[in-house]
Amino acid sequence: MALIDLANPTRFLAFARAAIPIAGVLAAGLLAVGIYLAFFVAPEDYQQGATVRILYIHVPSAWLGMACYVVMTLSALGTLVWKHPLADVSQKAAAPIGAAFTLLCLVTGALWGRPMWGTYWVWDARLTSTLVLLLIYLGLIALWRTVEDPGRAGRAAAVLTLVGAVNIPIIKFSVDWWNTLHQPTSVIRLGGPTIHSSILTPLLIMAIGATALFVALHLSAMRNEILRRRVRTLRILAAQRGATA
Amino acid sequence: MTALIALVVRDLRLAVRVGGGAFVGVLFFLAVVVVMPFAIGPDLNLLRRIGPAILWIGALLASLLALDRLFAQDQEDGTLDLLLTARTPLELVAAAKGLAHWIATGLPLVLAAPVLSLLLNLEPLAIGAVVLTLLVGTPALTFIGLVGAALAVTLRRGGLLVAVLILPLSIPILIFGISASNAAVTGGLPFGAPFTILCALSLGSLVLGPIAAGAAIRAGLD
Amino acid sequence: MPSPCRLVGERLTCERGGREVFRDVSFSLDGGRTLALVGPNGAGKSSLLRLIAGLVRPAAGTLTLEGGDGELSVGEQAHYLGHLDALKPALTVAENLDFWIAALGGDSGLSRDDALDRVALGKLAELPAQYLSAGQRRRLALARLLVVHRPLWLLDEPTTALDVASQGRLFELIAAHLAAGGLVVAATHQPLALAYDELRLAGDTVS
Repeated sequence: MALIDLANPTRFLAFARAAIPIAGVLAAGLLAVGIYLAFFVAPEDYQQGATVRILYIHVPSAWLGMACYVVMTLSALGTLVWKHPLADVSQKAAAPIGAAFTLLCLVTGALWGRPMWGTYWVWDARLTSTLVLLLIYLGLIALWRTVEDPGRAGRAAAVLTLVGAVNIPIIKFSVDWWNTLHQPTSVIRLGGPTIHSSILTPLLIMAIGATALFVALHLSAMRNEILRRRVRTLRILAAQRGATA
Repeated sequence: MTALIALVVRDLRLAVRVGGGAFVGVLFFLAVVVVMPFAIGPDLNLLRRIGPAILWIGALLASLLALDRLFAQDQEDGTLDLLLTARTPLELVAAAKGLAHWIATGLPLVLAAPVLSLLLNLEPLAIGAVVLTLLVGTPALTFIGLVGAALAVTLRRGGLLVAVLILPLSIPILIFGISASNAAVTGGLPFGAPFTILCALSLGSLVLGPIAAGAAIRAGLD
Repeated sequence: MPSPCRLVGERLTCERGGREVFRDVSFSLDGGRTLALVGPNGAGKSSLLRLIAGLVRPAAGTLTLEGGDGELSVGEQAHYLGHLDALKPALTVAENLDFWIAALGGDSGLSRDDALDRVALGKLAELPAQYLSAGQRRRLALARLLVVHRPLWLLDEPTTALDVASQGRLFELIAAHLAAGGLVVAATHQPLALAYDELRLAGDTVS
């Protein structure tokens, strides 16, 4: 289906009605298989023991936390450049999901770090960049909540998202530089020279499952946002009709 | 009494429905705490030692910056005029608004503090001490800030000016809040003495703040 | 019914921002009567209303509500309807009105739903106030005067933003208030559609 066909919100709602169950079932199936493999089949790490299993959740959520920002950047371009009517809906819907995956990544990272480093948190470059990404997500969510008019909020958020997209690599670079400058406590790097297929297979299944989950959540959130805007329009109409009555 | 309950309920409803309030305050708190290590360095031992101070500074700034619109918003839409013709003393109106504001923006800061403490690698005992001192200290910050918020109505200027006016007045709370927390971290000093003084300051500001805020609003009538 | 009140202002002088707005204004108003404040812009019509409401301190003169409650100030026995509607856009119509019933205090008047019906907003009770038009917001502000009983109504340009039908409704409400022995002081540019005494503020300190 071409993107232009989906520009019509009614047609999008029909598409979403069909697509959400498919993505949802796919996500549930893949995640169930992935979690089974990760927790019962995959081997324990000789160094990390059972804690290595956290990574099967940690890595996909880290990946989606970043992928979500890519979706938002494309949506922001859609809002500002192509003026696609659903672009700011997509962008607004993606932000809380991205924030949730990023938070999940940070929480699982902290739980993994506790037995590994003896503390929940170290100001490691990768962790710190992820935390800054979470801050950017939360700031965008706050922006949407503060501005009442959806169109104006969408354009403002789109500008901020694009500035963020340009800035995130710079932030990442600066944090890396800051971190090596200070030489913090030694950190066990993830992943050895090779990842064995008994680890890689469940990881890939989890990653695809999480992506399907993202698609299902994103479409549902977009549908909710479209319906929310319809409620708003209906309320304005109700007020106008009340004026003539 | 019903008038005061209605005022608290209304302000809480507005805080929940209108974006910006509590959520942004906590976000600001988080941002301040996250930015600190970039200035200080990621040394966990150092951060653990000055963690209570970072959390207190963050909470202080977050609660002050949220304050400037407290009365100004009611003035701009005419609500304040009507509250002046209501049969409830202005001091109690100010106290009710202060209470609602603390529940909406101060309490979330206290609840967020344990999570942020983990970022600074605080020990469980220190986390408890910081949360306890913030729980006692943030009402004092809000109620002293009431005066600034009331002055913002008179001056028709908010934002930084309120913070500049109120920051010096909040120094005692900062001193005793941090020394009580530090006492729990380092263990060298007694916790009780500074904590008791902090409680006293807090109780005092609960009385003084609304009275001064009421006077400031009345003085602003022209 | 409580004994009818009488509002007396003697030699009131008002200064705002170092400028004398009016000087030595005296009036008296019996229960059941309307006082219309007329005069050019800047003559101090709004200032006099705010002064009666207790929102502006008089530089000189006295103001008393004879027959009113001696424990309360004149402002606390008055409804002030200013240029601003004092509504919170995020609250529903009903929540806005409920708040004022509780916050203003004193003798209750009509129930919330009756008052909303009286200003033709009954159907919109559950709608957030942000969706209301200017006229609807004005009518919701008017409903406040009905839910809490206060003898003195201070109306600043009450017909602003109201269409002809709503203006008619407003004058009905005012007439009912007067019939019950109430007092009305209104600042207005247009003649009011009811009998009134006139207090002309010359604004001669300006001209």
